Amino acid sequence: MPTVTVDGQQVDVPDGATVLQACELAGKEIPRFCYHERLSIAGNCRMCLVEVKPGPPKPQASCALPATEGQEIRTDSLMVKTAREGVMEFLLINHPLDCPICDQGGECDLQDQAMFYGRGASRYHENKRAVSEKYMGPLIKTVMTRCIHCTRCVRFSEEIAGVDEIGAVGRGESMEITTYLEQAVRHEMSANVIDLCPVGALTSRPYAFEARPWELRKTLSIDVSDAVGANIRLDSRGREVMRALPRVNDEVNEEWLSDKGRYQVDGLMHRRLDRVWVRKEGRLQPASWEQAFAAIAAADPRGSIAAVAGDLVDCETMFAARRLLRALGSDLLEGRQTGLVYDTSSLAAVAFNSSLSGIEHADAILIVGSHVRWEAPLVQSRLRKAWKRGARIFIIGPHWDTTYPAEFLGEDAAVLHDLPDAVGDVFTAAQRPAIIVGAAGLAKGALHPALALAQDWTLVRDGWNGFNVLHMAASRMGGLLLGFAQAGGIRAVAEERPRVLLSLGADEMDYKPFAGSLKVYVGHHGDRGAHAADIILPAASYAEKDGTFVNTEGRVQTAEAAVFPPGDARADWTIMRALADVLGVDVGFDSFAELREAMIAEVPALSSPGLIDLGELPRGDGSARAAGVISYPIADFYLTNAICRASPTMQRCSAELLGNADMLEAAE
Amino acid sequence: MADRSPAPDTPELRQRWGGFAFTPANKAEADRAIARYPQGRQRSAIMPLLFIAQRQVGEELGTAGWLPLPVIEYVARYLDMPVVRALEVATFYFMYNLQPMGRHHVQVCGTTPCMLRGSDALFETCYRRGMKKGQVSADGLWSLTEVECMGNCATAPMAQIDDDNYEDLTPERLDAILDALAAGQRPKTGTQEPGRHTSEPAGGPTTLTAMVDANHDYRSEW
Repeated sequence: MPTVTVDGQQVDVPDGATVLQACELAGKEIPRFCYHERLSIAGNCRMCLVEVKPGPPKPQASCALPATEGQEIRTDSLMVKTAREGVMEFLLINHPLDCPICDQGGECDLQDQAMFYGRGASRYHENKRAVSEKYMGPLIKTVMTRCIHCTRCVRFSEEIAGVDEIGAVGRGESMEITTYLEQAVRHEMSANVIDLCPVGALTSRPYAFEARPWELRKTLSIDVSDAVGANIRLDSRGREVMRALPRVNDEVNEEWLSDKGRYQVDGLMHRRLDRVWVRKEGRLQPASWEQAFAAIAAADPRGSIAAVAGDLVDCETMFAARRLLRALGSDLLEGRQTGLVYDTSSLAAVAFNSSLSGIEHADAILIVGSHVRWEAPLVQSRLRKAWKRGARIFIIGPHWDTTYPAEFLGEDAAVLHDLPDAVGDVFTAAQRPAIIVGAAGLAKGALHPALALAQDWTLVRDGWNGFNVLHMAASRMGGLLLGFAQAGGIRAVAEERPRVLLSLGADEMDYKPFAGSLKVYVGHHGDRGAHAADIILPAASYAEKDGTFVNTEGRVQTAEAAVFPPGDARADWTIMRALADVLGVDVGFDSFAELREAMIAEVPALSSPGLIDLGELPRGDGSARAAGVISYPIADFYLTNAICRASPTMQRCSAELLGNADMLEAAE
Repeated sequence: MADRSPAPDTPELRQRWGGFAFTPANKAEADRAIARYPQGRQRSAIMPLLFIAQRQVGEELGTAGWLPLPVIEYVARYLDMPVVRALEVATFYFMYNLQPMGRHHVQVCGTTPCMLRGSDALFETCYRRGMKKGQVSADGLWSLTEVECMGNCATAPMAQIDDDNYEDLTPERLDAILDALAAGQRPKTGTQEPGRHTSEPAGGPTTLTAMVDANHDYRSEW
């Protein structure tokens, strides 16, 4: 551990740290544009210049200089001040003065640092250079004249995304950042370059000219577009969520967010259910809450009611429904809408036990039936990190475009019983072997065979649990904790022929087996579930209610309401509470706080944020056989839930990036 | 400076160059270049391969070589690397021409020593023949580029035409060289100064005169 002196203050820095990191440890702010903690070091913006002794008597780029024993670093000398002013002046030579019409205004690194470290005025009177517009797809808006060539976007797409699409062509003054032939950027995390861009060169296209950062109310929330539970911040103005941005959480999403999580929010303003509808004479017609409740009471749900939880609901909603059902004498709870049936007797067997940050340390990974890139883009970036650290990755399932070298072992889940010896050798020799079972694998019965393999390969060892199930729904783990799983799955629920079916925003399920039930849809979007419903009770989306979510690794996280639900829509739990009154039963809570208290009393794991201890990994049933050709459940990454199907941005992405133009027409 | 943007990606360009592939001789040369680097680092050979491809394009067209986009894509595929990385290299280095070229590529140095020794007059000479910087002359014979220092300052001014240097130029000497090239001849390369062989001092040595005829140990005089 070298000891260095920063502005007269001694600090110990870790081995391999840079001078910039040493300065940060000493609490000094070093301005920078190209340096980013999660990207490789480029050292090309020169903004981080500091004075270092011993060394040449000139300012040095601190981001690319290793900290060594006995260095004397000055960040407050005249040399550093003039160096920063000089660099800033050069950067501003070709940067347009269009801050008033630039979307980055107010949250722009260049703006801030020019204020703090720049000279007061410009001495440059010549013409500025101009760069022609570059197209980068429906999400990224470019104004390349503003680019200062920090190459963060180039490094992100090469290192994190693993899709080399952005490059810097030309040299010197004529250097330009572009994609090859200005094609749209095609990967699932592309919009993160917008956050990375320190200036207004890459900004959000759907959010262009919509709002200024200082008019937005910022609410901490959780992304529901997949089961990763990325930490996000919802920026809202009035009743509208203007944008979603990732929050830093190294355990979950680092500081990235999938394009779907980021851009589905405009779907919150489209196709919303904002009033009660009741089906009369085969047609859904507007009605009042009283009429709807009376219709439900008339169907006599007592003892014969089922609840199916959708993919986007929070634990509180599911708990309120569970209380209501229990009070009505029913236990028909199910959350696996698409008909998945797997053993949920131990939740450790269906969780992502390695943890999201842990999986990047695995050195051999077997993926069973998961198109990770589409089902959890943030896990994909972790797997890429694992590969960079030397992990070997094998996949059972049809081919998909991985962003790292992976070996596809076969499309049939039965390969699991007949793995090539070479693969077995890799896993027995591995220090931290891991298996990831996806939804498509679960559908082919791969859970128990995979658990048996976990035994054979001792996936659970000192400080390491390599058995993982990767879910796709934000509500899944919470639902399993709350008992939203029947041994026979949703088919068993249908076979019970409940008189009333309570659908909590279940849009992916098949309603045909429930033809005899009164289908009550409690949800927020006029999507598949609402089309099939007999009664629609408008509810709140994830942005409009407080809620608890449990991600695929069993991490409890809470989201806060950013805006109010539109029109007559209410938070889901209040609908259950009112319904209980109408049906003459007691659910035992009158406020959200009481509801949460009751929930925690029944499921203590939900009491505080953080990873739940799910217990020991059970032994696999050796006689269980996996069979059948794996088919991935997601056909279109951009249209997987009711919110993104309503989102114009996601529809455009689907049409343009995946070529599903016919789907766009159908949606309009 | 020449126009450094790639020739537009048109259907005609795709049709003409979409089927580009190395000739057996060039392929062997390309593979030799790749073999210089460790396994898995084949993309390090991008520069020689682009140059080989450019030369082959020139040979096929009977002009100076250049790199159409489909050819850059072919090289990128050949090296199993992202196209944009190959394009970055091709746009960075001036030895790669990105636009169609004339039969001869005239690169006149315009850096200070050459300018002081009269490179402006060389450009005038070129202009009189219908050349324009960054363009192909109307007769299809010439592409003119102004380049930075080529390292021939002792024999300035100079021009590099195709693969050869022509030094100690005057407008008349350049005219004579261009005439010869246009006629399909190969004029003498190197210095054009009568009596001068390479870049030895013009008019005889002014320093180290004792060493002209035989080796001389100067150390005792230091």
